[in-house]
Amino acid sequence: MKIAALSVDSEEINRAHAREMGFTFPLLSDTDAAVIRLYDVLHRGAGPKGTDIARPAEFYVNRDGVVRWVNLTENIAVRARPEQALAAIDAEK
Amino acid sequence: MKRKWNWPLWVGFVVAVGGLFSYEYFVRFPITRDFPWANLLLFGIGAALLLIGLFRAFGRPQVYRGKVFGAILAAIAFFLFGFFSYEIFYVLRQVPRSAQAPEVGERARNFSLPDQNGTQIALGDLLSPNGVVLIFYRGHW
Repeated sequence: MKIAALSVDSEEINRAHAREMGFTFPLLSDTDAAVIRLYDVLHRGAGPKGTDIARPAEFYVNRDGVVRWVNLTENIAVRARPEQALAAIDAEK
Repeated sequence: MKRKWNWPLWVGFVVAVGGLFSYEYFVRFPITRDFPWANLLLFGIGAALLLIGLFRAFGRPQVYRGKVFGAILAAIAFFLFGFFSYEIFYVLRQVPRSAQAPEVGERARNFSLPDQNGTQIALGDLLSPNGVVLIFYRGHW
């Protein structure tokens, strides 16, 4: 299973963030929020100085490119737990 | 006669302030982030101590100090609790509906974006035998 994280952060910020946290999975840089819009997970004006950012959201996509699990939190502080994603992946096997 | 120091007012105030600022710490753990019970517990302890202090100050003003500053500390603590509740129970829940987001069973929408090393990565590159978890996040600031 792979992981990819997407945000409006620049490559530079992502590079520093990945180094700081020891992340080896890709942090994808969607600076104009095109993909964030494509997935309808844009949160208008919620970023620093009222910029548009992504809302927290998680999708599990299987090997065939089909969405098999979606987690759209109703509270920014409540994120998907690893076990939730793993359960979705186990169900796919 | 010199009146006694009314410690529950001060300790209660400090605990209530801690209830607000300790969120920085408790937010790191899912169990205290999903629901801020640790912060609410601190606010509760702070409120209980402040009430004890106020009862002392107003009930036995000849023995205990704190009628004026006790009321001020309690008002500030109450304001901090109101601010905390507003942020946690209202602001954090103002999340867009995302009604058009991909649904289970739908084909994932294709994209190609640069990663932290400048390499372009498309959805297809991420489809391992066990698939991929796409995590949209607010960003790092």
